Amino acid sequence: MQTLMIPEIGHYALIIALLMALVQGVMPLAGAATRRPLWMAYARPMATGQFLFLAIAYACLTASYLLDDFSVANVANNSNSMLPWYYKASAVWGNHEGSVLLWSLILAAWSFAVSRFSRELPRDMLARVMGVMGLVSVGFLAFVLFTSNPFERLLPNVPQDGADLNPLLQDFGLIVHPPMLYMGYVGFSVVFAFAIAALLGGRLDAAWTRWARPWTNIAWAFLTVGIALGSWWAYYELGWGGWWFWDPVENASLLPWLAGTALIHSLAVTEKRGAFKSWTVLLAITTFSLSLMGTFLVRSGVLTSVHAFANDPSRGLFILVLLGITVGLSLLLFALRAPRVRHQVGFSWLSRDALLLINNILLVIMTVTVLLGTVYPLLLDALNLGKISVGPPYFNALFVPLTVVLCLFMGLGPLSRWKHTPARNLFQRSWLAGLAALVIGIIAPLLYRGEWNLKVSLGVVIALWIVLPMARDLWAKSRHSAGRVAGLKRLSLAYWGMILGHLGIAVTIIGVTVVSNYAIERNVRMGVGDSVAVAGYTFTMTELANRRGPNYLADTAEIEVRRGDSQRSFTMTPEKRLYLARGMPMTQVALRPGLFRDLYVAMGEDLEDGSWAMRIQHKPFVRWLWLGALLMAAGGVLAVADRRYRRVVTARDPERAAVARPREATT
Amino acid sequence: MRAKRKQKLFVILGLVSLAAIAVGLTLYALRSNINLFFSPVQIAAGDAPLERQIRAGGMVKAGSVDRDKQSLEVVFTVTDYVDELEVRYSGILPDLFREGQGVVVVGELQQDGWLRADQVLARHDENYMPPEVAQALEEAGYAPEDYQAKAAEVGQKMDAQAEDSGDGRTN
Repeated sequence: MQTLMIPEIGHYALIIALLMALVQGVMPLAGAATRRPLWMAYARPMATGQFLFLAIAYACLTASYLLDDFSVANVANNSNSMLPWYYKASAVWGNHEGSVLLWSLILAAWSFAVSRFSRELPRDMLARVMGVMGLVSVGFLAFVLFTSNPFERLLPNVPQDGADLNPLLQDFGLIVHPPMLYMGYVGFSVVFAFAIAALLGGRLDAAWTRWARPWTNIAWAFLTVGIALGSWWAYYELGWGGWWFWDPVENASLLPWLAGTALIHSLAVTEKRGAFKSWTVLLAITTFSLSLMGTFLVRSGVLTSVHAFANDPSRGLFILVLLGITVGLSLLLFALRAPRVRHQVGFSWLSRDALLLINNILLVIMTVTVLLGTVYPLLLDALNLGKISVGPPYFNALFVPLTVVLCLFMGLGPLSRWKHTPARNLFQRSWLAGLAALVIGIIAPLLYRGEWNLKVSLGVVIALWIVLPMARDLWAKSRHSAGRVAGLKRLSLAYWGMILGHLGIAVTIIGVTVVSNYAIERNVRMGVGDSVAVAGYTFTMTELANRRGPNYLADTAEIEVRRGDSQRSFTMTPEKRLYLARGMPMTQVALRPGLFRDLYVAMGEDLEDGSWAMRIQHKPFVRWLWLGALLMAAGGVLAVADRRYRRVVTARDPERAAVARPREATT
Repeated sequence: MRAKRKQKLFVILGLVSLAAIAVGLTLYALRSNINLFFSPVQIAAGDAPLERQIRAGGMVKAGSVDRDKQSLEVVFTVTDYVDELEVRYSGILPDLFREGQGVVVVGELQQDGWLRADQVLARHDENYMPPEVAQALEEAGYAPEDYQAKAAEVGQKMDAQAEDSGDGRTN
């Protein structure tokens, strides 16, 4: 169906949004520099308007998809009339143009949210924050309009039907993974804007960190969920049961996560102790720059993967220039302003400050190693020094030991106090937990598999070393005259957030350790009537059939699975689909998920004598990987709900605000 | 003041030593885990190391895929239309693996000139020649005319066959 105006309205709304972003980027910053309240007051309405018009543009594109308007090039290339409506709606971000539009929409949404929920910010601070976010938005909207316009028409030769969405993307994963990931990526622009605003205003006190912390936590939580969803999606969609490939595109999302993790810890130190001020600013800049770099890597077409939709060098160049300007200007500003605000706050080597410093150093080293492994091949290629690839062994060899060291310090973190903790105290609080972790960790593989395994023991020991001291700390802190429950209720939400976040890491570590060491994969030839035993389960192929789906043909196999000699059995039905529009084959995995194990059956190839190559896998504890990530994200959100952030919001009544303002002005 | 200075010294020393360890480990890990890319013409010229993990690539030669009747062993030939490389692999080939399509294999080159693949990566590409292979050929002194026309011709033939057989499957 061809619609007359919808894409044009969308295009026009996009242009208005760009102009509004321009005003939002220039006027408030100029107003803050020249102390003109009227100019600063442009920030809020512009943010609202920009969000509104981008939402209109986005809705127009979605409408074009839903109405099958194949005169729009973007729709014709990425959709098909046979596609179910929910994939049509999510196909909007299953391609380059639409996903950059989503990026911009989310940026505008964050910007709008900041303007709504930061009424207690001093006027000039808010103006600067909104200004910086406006400028970032200008960059991206210009990118959309000048290089990746999603509203381009194919006139007058309108195709009969669309080329269809890549079958790999026709999945629930597409509906949830990109928006979550983008919420995280783009969310770091808020803390970046706060850091730049603090540099511009010359007010690098602890105040900006208190305002920026909740935003950073939320962004980090979204990114955590986004990465976990991506890993889960790859696990069942690609048909061979891997959950992390150290693929450059995955690394692109891991890099801001690592830097962001360092950032949320360093923000804590700056807020509570006033230390690491310049460092925190630098981390905020780094984190957002890595988000931008991730976007560049994925969107420029320098990488070949399901994520790299476009191969247009002008786009790559545009983002590279954008990245260069952002990083260059931020670092220049940092170099000019940061030394002026430096002042020393002392702390002892046995203190929470010091442990968080170690946390930051280790996380930065991890970031750098991943960055090196990701960028090195691209760099060599760009300089014509040969085509190489850096494989997973490189990342594992570095990442795993660094994680172990990080976790050793992580166990001590919650037990320590700010400024100084006597060594005797720290030892008293941790020795029992350490011993218990060691003993349980060493016997755990024996109990689980009857055979000792060093790597599994190590994984369990460090996971318990994170959890047990925290449990002891919780026990000690919940002591209360009115009983334990009252004691637990008295603990702050920020503390609970920390507990959940660290627990999440431990759960993920258990998942990674067990599934990496005990997963069983069998590739076998199977015909009807053949049986295979894997990890105590018997898989019998009972039927091979053909089936027609809405936009594909499928070979399906029925596999009857029985555990041991048990009478009960269940059926798994993997499929091999052929998507008609692109003639592209796809493996549809049959999964039997469980908290302690997944069964995974995939059809490989038709061997043409009535049998198929089948991939059968037993994956113990694989769900823990993603469960841990969800716990981490929940921790991040819980910490934001803490009373001390809410108090700021309730302090909106004029009297208290009037008292608060002058005090802030004097600091 | 002295305590503070001492603390600073420790911070710097700690940072430097940690950074040194990290850089050392990184370089070591990088050196032993880099996989270089070779095309059949480079392998035939003896440029590729033996029994070390490399990546090789080209097009899967039409009619060369031979699957063992009993096991999941498969043998196929990868060509850049100048030289050919025999690849042996045990396992399930990726969905996009087809004769006449570009493919990258990761594995070790054996004494007798064939490659034992641990991993086969297929990708769908509108070009009939993967860019890495085209570049390798040019570096080996072949002009694009030598192979591009041939590659395109073979590719088009494959496409025509795929359309004739109706459902697009050619295995």
